[in-house]
Amino acid sequence: MKEIISNSTFFGVMICIISYEIGLIIKRKWKKSFLNPLLISIVIVILILLAFHVDYDKFNEGAKYLSYLLTPATVCLAIPLYEQIALLKSNWKGIVAGISAGVLTSMVCVLGMSMLFQLSHEEYVTLLPKSITTAIGMGISEEMGGIVTITVAVIIVTGVLGNVIAELVCKLFRITDPIAKGIGIGTAAHAVGTSKALEMGEIEGAMSSLAVAVAGLMTVIAASIFAQFL
Amino acid sequence: MKFMKQFGIILFITFLGEVLKAVIPLPIPASIYGLMLMLIALMTGIVKIEDVKQAGRFLIEVMPMMFIPAAVGIIAAWPVLEPILGSVVIITIVSTVLVMGIAGRVTQFVNRIGRK
Repeated sequence: MKEIISNSTFFGVMICIISYEIGLIIKRKWKKSFLNPLLISIVIVILILLAFHVDYDKFNEGAKYLSYLLTPATVCLAIPLYEQIALLKSNWKGIVAGISAGVLTSMVCVLGMSMLFQLSHEEYVTLLPKSITTAIGMGISEEMGGIVTITVAVIIVTGVLGNVIAELVCKLFRITDPIAKGIGIGTAAHAVGTSKALEMGEIEGAMSSLAVAVAGLMTVIAASIFAQFL
Repeated sequence: MKFMKQFGIILFITFLGEVLKAVIPLPIPASIYGLMLMLIALMTGIVKIEDVKQAGRFLIEVMPMMFIPAAVGIIAAWPVLEPILGSVVIITIVSTVLVMGIAGRVTQFVNRIGRK
């Protein structure tokens, strides 16, 4: 069985799609916010790989064709954004202020807690770009001398976590404005969070898409400054 | 055919994003350049929304699944992650909650002042 799975071209994509569908079914049946389809599917796929002793690299040889679509899909985030462009124009001050505050919070948080846990400079810069989209985060981590594999893992965990807790955090901080919800989610949890924001509503999704791009760009500058602090 | 044509336009803009990434020496990925190019193309009318909408919607709808392979990659990164797992988990949870809450609150606050 292990050989068949390891050598299959289609197993990777198939298992991702099927486990995501299972995640959707579970979510629909029990309707709890922590029953997140993405989270469920990740757990299912990991369990299957472990159960059949399939190497991640073997799995990814097929599954990479799903990841391949991520770049064009991110480009398409411009579509919901374009459809809400009037809202962006009339609320740009709050949007810019919110994303700036979010990026600064992320930097200060990681710096403060890295000092608290006495992390090394290498570990600190590894975590610094954790809230932004993987492709930018990897670049920053590499440039600052971080451990890129951990950066990628932490970025993904941040995104999945943000996706799962988005509704709860909005409730907790009493964020009711759909623009503010989108900006918060996109700034904290990049594209993975954005997929949740898009489920919440068109405005949330559009603003979250915008926040992914803007927060990513701001972090390029902010991280290069903050990297010198520890 | 219509669907494939739309996908073709999207890939063309994605490719232009790759070109920009190759030319400009900044740590900005092709996807972000592509997103900006797509927005400019839509706003200037070079690309009409009908020419990309259906394929774009589909890609966005299935986007969560595209994160599964990378997320499963955590099992490959596990040996390097394990030694600092405790602090990484705490930092991740605290900063994600705070960043989301603060970015949202500040946006809401400034927008409300603006509307008064």
